[in-house]
This record gives sequence, C-alpha cells and structure tokens, in this order.
Amino acid sequence: MCKYIKNINLVLGSLILFVFLCMMVVSFFYTPYDVNSMDIPNKLQEPSSKHIFGTDEFGRDIFSRILKGSQTAFIVGILTVAIGVFFGVLIGGIAGYTGGWIDEVFMRFMDALMAFPGIILALMLVAVFGPGIINTSIALGIIAIPSIARVTRSGFVQQKEAEYVTASKLIGVNVYKIMFRHILPNVSSQIIVAASIAFALAMLAEAALSYLGLGVQPPDPSWGRMLKDAQAYLIGSPWYTYAPGGAITLLVLGLYLLSNAIRDIMDPRSKS
Amino acid sequence: MFYIIRRILLLVITVALVSVITFSVFQILPGDPVRTMLGTEADETQIESLRNELGLNRPLHEQYVDWIRGIFTGDLGNSIRFSMPVSVLLMERLPVTLSVAGMALFIVVLFALPLGIFAAKRQKKFSDVVLSSVTQLGMAIPSFWLGMIIILYIGMNVDFFKINGYIPWSESIKGALSTLILPALTIAIPQIAVKFRYVRTSILDQMQLDYVRTIRSKGLPERIVVYKHILKNALIPILTIFGLITAEVVAGTIIVEQVFALPGIGQLLITSISYRDFPLVQGIVMYITITVVFINFVVDILYSVIDPRIRLR
Amino acid sequence: MSKRKYWLTIVLLVAVLFISACSNSEEGSEKATESEDGSEATAGASDQAQEIRVRINDDPDFLDPHRATASISFQMILNMFEGLFIPQTDGSLTEGLAESYEVSEDGLTYTFTIRDDVTFHNGEPLTIDDVVYTFERLMGLNGGEKLSGNFDNVASIDAPDEKTFVMTLKEAHSNFLYSLTALQSAIIPQSNDGEHNENPIGTGPFAFVDYSPGANLELTKNEDYWQDGLPYLDNVTFVFQSDDQAAVMNLLAGEVDVTGVPGHRVSEVEDSFNISHQNNNSTLIITFNQEKEPFKDMKVRQAINLAINKQDIIDSVFSGYATPIGSNMSPAMGEYYLDGLQDVYQRDVEKAKQLLAEAGYPDGFETKITVSSHNDLYSSVAQIAVENLKEIGIDVEIEVVEWGIWLERVYFGRDYELTTIDLTGRPSAYEILDDYISTNDAENFFLFDNQEFDQVMADVRKETEIEKQIDYYHRAQEILNEESAAVYIADYQILWGSKQNISGLKSYPFWFHDMKEVKFD
Repeated sequence: MCKYIKNINLVLGSLILFVFLCMMVVSFFYTPYDVNSMDIPNKLQEPSSKHIFGTDEFGRDIFSRILKGSQTAFIVGILTVAIGVFFGVLIGGIAGYTGGWIDEVFMRFMDALMAFPGIILALMLVAVFGPGIINTSIALGIIAIPSIARVTRSGFVQQKEAEYVTASKLIGVNVYKIMFRHILPNVSSQIIVAASIAFALAMLAEAALSYLGLGVQPPDPSWGRMLKDAQAYLIGSPWYTYAPGGAITLLVLGLYLLSNAIRDIMDPRSKS
Repeated sequence: MFYIIRRILLLVITVALVSVITFSVFQILPGDPVRTMLGTEADETQIESLRNELGLNRPLHEQYVDWIRGIFTGDLGNSIRFSMPVSVLLMERLPVTLSVAGMALFIVVLFALPLGIFAAKRQKKFSDVVLSSVTQLGMAIPSFWLGMIIILYIGMNVDFFKINGYIPWSESIKGALSTLILPALTIAIPQIAVKFRYVRTSILDQMQLDYVRTIRSKGLPERIVVYKHILKNALIPILTIFGLITAEVVAGTIIVEQVFALPGIGQLLITSISYRDFPLVQGIVMYITITVVFINFVVDILYSVIDPRIRLR
Repeated sequence: MSKRKYWLTIVLLVAVLFISACSNSEEGSEKATESEDGSEATAGASDQAQEIRVRINDDPDFLDPHRATASISFQMILNMFEGLFIPQTDGSLTEGLAESYEVSEDGLTYTFTIRDDVTFHNGEPLTIDDVVYTFERLMGLNGGEKLSGNFDNVASIDAPDEKTFVMTLKEAHSNFLYSLTALQSAIIPQSNDGEHNENPIGTGPFAFVDYSPGANLELTKNEDYWQDGLPYLDNVTFVFQSDDQAAVMNLLAGEVDVTGVPGHRVSEVEDSFNISHQNNNSTLIITFNQEKEPFKDMKVRQAINLAINKQDIIDSVFSGYATPIGSNMSPAMGEYYLDGLQDVYQRDVEKAKQLLAEAGYPDGFETKITVSSHNDLYSSVAQIAVENLKEIGIDVEIEVVEWGIWLERVYFGRDYELTTIDLTGRPSAYEILDDYISTNDAENFFLFDNQEFDQVMADVRKETEIEKQIDYYHRAQEILNEESAAVYIADYQILWGSKQNISGLKSYPFWFHDMKEVKFD
C-alpha cells in the first residue's frame, strides 16, 4: 500500500507537470486566439464551444491566455529556483563547510530574512525592484535563499567530517573541488526537495503578488493577475475565476506531489 | 542556562538585523512619500514645506537612530499620510487582524488535530489516502482564490455572512462573527492541510518507537495506546508546530484582508507601501516581525525545557 | 473538471459543517440582545433620520484645507470650509464669505466686503483678522512655511477697516477670483492656529466631529450656518472603502447611502436605487512627451490620435458611461466647452498610416507607455492603445510603475514617451487649460509648446469680459485639438447610486460631495 501511495504521488505529480509543460511548449507556437487581440463587443462571454473558458473584459480568449500564462508561471518558477539554489547553495555550503564566525554571520543574516513573513518580504522587495516578470522572480529568488541555504548548510555540516572528505583533504584536493564536486552531490537530494517546494511556493507567491497588483504586469498574461481582474466581475461572471484559479492550484498541486515523491524516493527513511 | 542566554543573544541580533533590513529597504525604494501623497495637484512650495516639516531632508543615519530610539520608547513616529502616531494607527487596526488570525488558529486546531489522529490511526487505509490527497489540494489553492470561491458559494448564499467590511466586537458580537468567520476559514483551510500532515506524521513517528511496541505487546486496548500514551508524547512537536503557524496565519491575513475588504493591518501595510509612508510601513513590519521572532523564541525555549537534548545542537 | 468539482464539494462540506456548528453555539447567548440591535439600526435608516453615510474611495491627505491637495480630500472637506467665493455647479462663482467685491479699472486692486453674520464652528464670529490670517498663512507671511504658490502674484493685502479686505496684484489676472474659493483659500480662524489639521474649524454647513483613519470622517450640522434653513442633514459620515465592488455590496446592504457604482454593476442596483450620471470634468488622455522624437512631429501625434479606438475604451473600461471629448474640456464646463471637437479624430487606420508615412515613419516605430498601477484604469487603457497602435505599425511596450514612481518619473521628471492619465477637473476653465502653457513648468508635463496657445492664454488673463474670455477659451481648445496635444479620450461619468428617498445631491465640475441641500424625504 505504501509503495502504491508513493507511486500515485509520482505518477500524478509528473502527469500534471507534464501536461503543463506541454501547454507551455504549445503556447509558443499556437494558441486558439491571439493572446492580446481584443474583441470588445464580445467581452465577458460565458464559456462556450468557441471560447472554452469564456472571454475577459476586453473580449480576449481566456483559454489562450491561460496557455500563454503557463510561460509566465514557468519562467518565474525556474528563475526563482535558479536564484534561490545558486545563492542558497553558495551561502549554505560556505557556512556549513567553514563553520566558525563566517557560519555565524551568514546564518544570522538568513535568520533575519526568514524572520519576515514571506509575503511581507516579497512586498518589500517587489517595491524595490519594481514589477514585471524578471523583477518579481529576483524578489522571490531572494526569499527562497534562506531555506535552501539552511538545508545545504546542515548537509555540509554532516558531510564535512565524513571519511571521503578527510581523505580528499589529505591528498590536497582543492577546497572548492571538495565542496562542490565531492560534498554537494551527497547533499543534492535534500536540495532538490527544498527546490521543488520553493518552486511551488514561488508560483503561489507570484500569484499573490500579481493579485495585489504588484507582480507580473499587463499585457503579459499571468494567472494571478487574471484572478485579480476577475475579482471585479466576481458576482456577474463567476466563471471568469475558475480557469486561472484552477490552473494555479493544479500546477502547485503537481509540484507538491512530485516533491513528496522525490523525498520518499531519495530518503527512504522518511515516510510520507 | 547557557542555551537560553545564547538564544536571547540570537534574538537580539535577529531583531537588530531585521530593523536594519527594513530601514534600508525603504530608503532605497524609488518614489517620494511627499509627492505620492500630494499627487499632481501639489505645487513645489507645498512639497518642500511638508518635506521640511516631516524631517525627510535630514541625513539618513540621523533618521535611523531616531527611529531605533523611538522603538525602544514605544514611539514609532508619525505616519506621513495620516499625520498621526503610527502606534495609534496600529492599535486601531490590530483588533481586526488579531480577531481573524485568532479565529483562524482556532479553526485549524479544531480540525487538524482530530483529522491527524484519525488519519494516523487508519494509516495506509483508504480514508487515510483520501485525506492525504485532499490536504495536498488544500495546500495548493491560492488563498485569495479560495476566498473568492467562499464568497461566491457561501457568502452570497448564507444570509448570516457579510462578504466585506468589519463590524467591531463592541458594536455587535454577531456582526463581528458575520464578518470574520469567512476570512478566518479562508486562512484556515490551507493551514489545516499542512498541520494535519504534521500531526499525522508525529503520531506515526511515535508509533514506531519501542515504548509503543512494548505497551502494545502488553495488550492494552488500541484506544488507550493512542490517546493516553502516543498523543501525550506526540504533543510536544505538535504544540511547537501550532506555535509556528501563528506567524503563517498572521501573514495569511495580509492577503485575505484584501479579498474581504477587511480594514486590518494587512490592508494598512499594502496601501502604506504604495504611498511610501515609511514610518508606518516600518512600524508595521517591525511589529509583525518581532512578534513572529518572539513566538519562535518562546517555542524554542519551551522545546528545550521539555526535551533537553535540543540544547546540544 | 470532475476533479475540481470533487474537491470543491469537500471544501464546501467542511465549511458548511463549521458554519452550522458555529452559528448554533452562538445563537443561544446572542440572539436576544444583538439581533434586536441589528434590526433597530436598519429600521432607523428608513425612518428618515437625517443622517447620511457617503462612501469615499480613500482617506483625505489632510484635513487642514491649506495643506490638502488631493481632490479626494476636498470632496469631503468643502462641506466644512468656505472661501470668499463659492464655486457653482456650472463652473461659475458666487459670493461666499465676501458679501460683495469691486475690481479697480486696471484689474490690479480687489476690494472685498466681508459678510458680518458668519460664525465659525467654535462659535467665534468671523472677523477681518481671520481673513488676513488666512492669506498670510497661505503666503507664508506670518512666520510659517509658505503653503501655496497661488498667491505669488499678490503684491499686498490690507484691511483698512473691520469689514473691508483689499488685495493688490502685481499683474492683472482675469482668473484671480477662482483662487479665492475654499479649494485654494478656505477662510479659517486665527484662534485655531496650529490645530487646523487635528481639529479643523471652518464656516461651512457642517462641522468636524471625528476622523478615524481608514474608517471614516464624521461631520455634524452647523446649527448657526449663515445661509438660513440650511443644511437639512444632522449628520454626515464619509465612509472610506477603496474597493469599488465592496462598495456596491455596502450600498445593497444599506450600509452606505451614496456611492459610486462601477458601470458593469449598474444593472444590479438600478431597480432599487437612484442612479445619477455625473460628468465629473475629468479628462482621460493618452499623452506624449512632446520634446522627444517622434512625438515632436504633429503628424505622428495626429496619426496616434486617429488610430486609438476611443469608443472601445469607453465601452470596455467604463461600460459605455463616458462622454467623448476632443480637447481638454468637458461638457460639464457649460459655455466654456467647445462642442464638435470630439468628432475630429474619428478612428481611421488608413489615414493614420498615411500621416505616419508623411512624417517619415512608414513602418512605424517602437516606443513605451508608462502607466501608474494605483488604478487598473490606466493599464486597461494602455492595453487597448497597444493593440490599436499595432495596427499602424507602432510597437508599444507597457511599463507599469507605482503611483509614486509615476509622479516622480513621468509627471515631475518628464522622463517618458507615452503615458495615460486622467486630469481631474477644476472649477475654472483657465486652470484646466493653463497646463499647456509652455512656460508652466510645474504642470506642463506634456512639454507642449505652441506660441499661439501661449498668446491666447495671455490674452485671456487680461480680458475682463466673460463673453470674450469664452471666445479665447474656445480657440485654445481648438489649438489643442488641431495640434493633437494629447489623445483626448473621454470625460468618464461617475455613476452615483443613492437611496431613492435622498434628494438634493448636486454634481459639480470638480470633486465635491455637496451635502448642504441634501435631505431624506
């Protein structure tokens, strides 16, 4: 039965992610309607065979915008994770491996960043960097750093006393090589799990920022922004919120399921 | 004792760093508070006179020192936009946010604990699997969309609820509940999902320990095993976790207040950021962050009291 | 699809369970006392209590009328304050705290007779000293900071006797009286010095009671108001609610009596509430930085003007509730408004392309539109403009920035190419049009530079006859239109939803919720 659950997580998670990846790839070449072309006389049309998710307040096809929005979601997610992992591993690795006051300084700074509730830090950083896809990703990437740094650090602290590290040191292997060629691969499973969770959280945070009007800006289609726009028409056209809301939920769900599956596979001791 | 002193020291350092980060973020922010407030209709005369009056033309380090000194004396300065003490504004909004957060916390405990126990008891059975996947969904929904759906399906259909605004407790308890329950529910649902899993995992962890096997082998009824022994020992990590959600619930209110148009701290924070009302934003951010750091601190200390092995970290 | 339904059901189930549990537990203890309170409150509203709750989008910036600049503030505080003159709904002025006035022949000396039956809200009579104090405070003559640049043209002020106030100008200015309304120079008591923001005192029909930031501003009837029989209302509460959608719910629930209703929600309220359409004299424009290429070229500006589908903007952003305009003047300005200009730039893609080609851009060009994020209106307009301009080969990128940054960079910094904004209405035609004078560095963020326009505006300053002033203003509007100084889109209407038994609501060509003659029947 346990095996079965793991598989379900893995199968369902990768299926969802796969579908969204396909959507994203397709959206580069084809969308049923032009994403930005307007048809104002036909605004806020209910879902029909012509527009399966209906049209928005400018008469744009919501389905096409959902497809295109997957690009935004993946760009933000991947950039955020890239920034978070790069700096997180660097900071966590150095802190964990060297220890001492460097460790103390780095980690206290990470503590301070983590002390802010995520959304507050996101609001502050987005205000600094400005709105837009790239700026939002940078802000969210910074927020992702501390959690990845912590995971990396504790991994490095455990590994640095291991025999293979001592051996490498004795034969005079370069410090950077020890850290990133030898230790890092042994810590990678925890980092991958942390990164996939960071991916999911980035997606939710982007949606939240866009909902508050601070994240991705028009005309770039973003699911969070679409939800914000939809809220004005919530009473008259409730269906408008379903597609973007459902898209965010499904993709985040897929990522969570997958991260659970990865954790179970890589770390057989923990039982989900 | 050494552990506690170390923790206090860490707390002080964290808070100091938080204050520096907060202050400097708002100094490098583009956008001028006076211009933002006065808009296009202001002339240069008005802008300059107000800027001088607010002391915005003073050197930065002077402003920072003044601000920190203020924090220690409980004086967070005056809001630029409202020309009122920040503490007064905070106190006016706090009841709304605390009510929502408190109610959300209550709902989380009310559901997560029994659900977690239930799932742990039925580990690997069908209902456990169903619950686990449903909670995954709960974690994945963006809270503001959940809020919209709750407005649509519950708020619009049940007369008791108001879907926006806030009625103070002092005015009408029923009114307050009618405005607070739905936002609280919106914050609580994703948290139930997360915390239910923690409860389940901590109970499962206990079940695998030797002492449980021993008790079981003595032939005690399963009910007593679960409620008396396992739960008592699992309570430590569970309580810690509930201490920690306080922070997440407070953060959750920031978004949900927007959905339900609740005049709480979150709404004040968001408008103050766009108005560049530095004293007010700094005050709010410091207030929330210090609360969070302090709760974490207390939880850490409690934890070390209960389980001394922690101190050896 | 079915998956979503499945969990939806579960979420609902959990929620409903909780609600039923909760409402049961609370019913026992609270039913008796609280529900009665509630019903009383709603009954009170229909019982013709002369108390009104008006929804306002945002907090005032200041209550001190000399410090306030936001139109949203004046919308409320004009009920508390009066100037020597009072602006009327048609854009004209009548005597307010000045009973009568005379202008010298050279147009330099203004002599006012102050009304003598006026008292401030604190019971003190209005004296000439208060009038002098007011202007000295504004001009920074009594030791404080100068609060306004409006009186830089004033050479001296004087009070020869108890009832007479004299102002001497450096240069004649036909629009001078417009700076003597409560919008720019509300008369405030000297005895309240230093307290004008915390405890504002004026002579208006309503007096200050309390201000709770983020919640409301409460005013009460001024029993000693100098205009006999007014006001009718005992109490006015301005309720702050930034969310338009929530405001509609508040109106439906009877929590506010008056609110602006978004166009697409009119159908929900029109059966049970009065809807009044106000041309609020705002000018929604898309404008260019006219110092930059290619917008320096009038043909490029005209081409853009021809390409923008103004009707689409009106239909989608305002649900059709907006009046097309062709220059920076709205029909709300009565005689000052020149009709017909709104039809000059009818959408014509071919002609637009031709003009672009003539200007040397047959393949269009790339540019950027910078808009503020504080209201979705701007990004909506920008999105439509981008689509329209694509058709004539102009490739526009949208840049959304926060309001503060927009002000700093676009409005004050003039570091932009295209932008869109709504210019809020003012009671005076001169103040509306003077934004385009090339030497008006403070307001001319278009960097519009036209000699004939400057000359017309200089002439109108010296002209004392209203008829001739109107001619000048008409010519000024024509120039803006010919030159395509901006793409003039519309004066959007504010749709006021109000309880059906409310009468006396007036609409002004600027933001003002005048409560003086409002009553419940």
